[in-house]
Amino acid sequence: MQKDNAMSTSVDVQQAVEHFLYKQAEILDERAWDSWLELFTKDGKYWMPTHPEQITGEGLPNIFYEDLYLMDMRIRRVEHPYAHSQKAGHRSSHVVSNIIIKSESKATGDIVCTSRFQMVEYRLEAQRYFAGKYTHTLKKTDDSYRILLQRVDIVNVEGPFDYVMQVWL
Amino acid sequence: MPYDQEQDLSNLVEDDRVHKACYADEQVYEQELKNIFYKSWIYIGHVSQVPNAGDYWTTWIGKERMIFCRDDNGEVHVLYNRCPHHGALICNNHTGNSGNKHAFRCPYHAWQFNMDGSLRNLPMKDGYEGIIDLKDPQLQMKRAERQGNYRGFVFASLSEEGPDLETWLGAGGKSAFDDICNRSPEGECEIVANCFRIIQHSNWKTFLENQLDAVHPSITHHSTGDAASQMQKIYKEETGDEPPMGYQFLADFALPYEVWDSLDTIGHPYGHTQLAGYMGLRPRDPVTMAHEEALTAAYGEDRMEEILSTNIHHVLVYPCLSVQPPLQQLRAVRPLAANKTLTEIWHFKLKGAPEGVYDRSLAYYYLVNSPSTMVNADDLNNFRAVQDGLSLRGGGDWVSLHRNAGQDTVKDGVTTSVTGMSEQPMRNMFAAWKEYMRGGA
Repeated sequence: MQKDNAMSTSVDVQQAVEHFLYKQAEILDERAWDSWLELFTKDGKYWMPTHPEQITGEGLPNIFYEDLYLMDMRIRRVEHPYAHSQKAGHRSSHVVSNIIIKSESKATGDIVCTSRFQMVEYRLEAQRYFAGKYTHTLKKTDDSYRILLQRVDIVNVEGPFDYVMQVWL
Repeated sequence: MPYDQEQDLSNLVEDDRVHKACYADEQVYEQELKNIFYKSWIYIGHVSQVPNAGDYWTTWIGKERMIFCRDDNGEVHVLYNRCPHHGALICNNHTGNSGNKHAFRCPYHAWQFNMDGSLRNLPMKDGYEGIIDLKDPQLQMKRAERQGNYRGFVFASLSEEGPDLETWLGAGGKSAFDDICNRSPEGECEIVANCFRIIQHSNWKTFLENQLDAVHPSITHHSTGDAASQMQKIYKEETGDEPPMGYQFLADFALPYEVWDSLDTIGHPYGHTQLAGYMGLRPRDPVTMAHEEALTAAYGEDRMEEILSTNIHHVLVYPCLSVQPPLQQLRAVRPLAANKTLTEIWHFKLKGAPEGVYDRSLAYYYLVNSPSTMVNADDLNNFRAVQDGLSLRGGGDWVSLHRNAGQDTVKDGVTTSVTGMSEQPMRNMFAAWKEYMRGGA
């Protein structure tokens, strides 16, 4: 287990980071796509590797590896009137917890933090669930944070996957 | 309609329509396992998947669970995943290495086996003295009845009899692997050690048929095609650069009917089927030019031209594989039940080719074949809808394969469709299906 920064991070910072992570989960569940894109820096990425030891998404197979353009395309697809597989109700509910700040830059206020999530997805009159670990690299802004990298390690990373993931977890 | 081989087979498959029982009836599925999956050649894996002694992957032939592994002499083997002692699965993980002794060890009573399945050691040997020779085959892990390798792609057959692998593949089946390997300046490809596995709630044939169904893309994938075209414009406006090729891959799914109509589908013996390419993988970009240069250096200009002008989008190696040679990927089809199919999805690097060639393959692997796919999401949704509809008692018994029936050209056992939209691929596969189910092929 890596050491955490609990003793050197202020309660205010801990609270601000927690609030940010709750907000990103809420945005996904509300499908507030414009707000979703605004969570990221211009060069921000959403990444779900194919195994827990993977250290980069570049040049390797990934489950998700998307910049803002690919994320924008995914939104345009799911909101398209002919996205057949998105019809008939497609909802999710996230819970984020165990938020641990791994590092806080004294100079910039940038954060690396890990957290755990559970997510239930409803589609076609059935529920399924996902769980895993978020690792966020957050850039400090004037009033909040932006995501430089959201890494998502799901517990069932090897699959097999029953159906696919149409939106981000 | 229950399945009764002799009496009903001819009633299930007609020239231009097939009975829904072919997809939804468990008895038909069980008969398919016996007559097709346990008789024909089934794709197991690529030799580079198990680079080191002791490496293994597990997979399926029908409901049989198999191990693909490499021994200390560098030989690859296909074994039944079953301990000859009390029958436990020996390998319980999808992949791994058997450890520094290069022996499989049964988790139940610690019988140990060499990677070729022979018994190496077991506890309490004394108890067998004078009763059974420890070299007796019934105390070994059983090997697949037959094993074959075409250009590094390993197949197994659970039948002692039948055509050899190359005869069975024929020109149609071989084209899948030739077209991948020939694109490498070294004539070989190497697997990327990642297998995406996705469950489809549908019959295995539905997936294969969809691969060569040129009518569905612009309808099923309309949303993704539109989204990709929009992003190409936005990307160019905002960056001033050409968008990455991945966007074009997706935009192509919404090509108009006329384009799909102009593509040939070709039916080969044993049900192997090809769809001509449409993706224009020879733009004048630096990657393509570098690839041309590398192939010219290896084979000369004429041969390079011959290799790169081979224009195949999909090859179905019936009944177990869908291969996309120019994109260096394949999907292996594992039928787990009449209404449940596992696909194992792999992609390859071309040895000695410029890195950018792999980047294209990787982009397609991600956008089309990963568990976050924006393409198969809609296919899988259709497959489920088809399976659920075909499982209904009422509402009709038949699946229509009438489009352009009787208009295909047949020459030397090879059928060419009159248009890309013809349902010839489905008819071709069902002709092979019928032959297998009769006990032939």
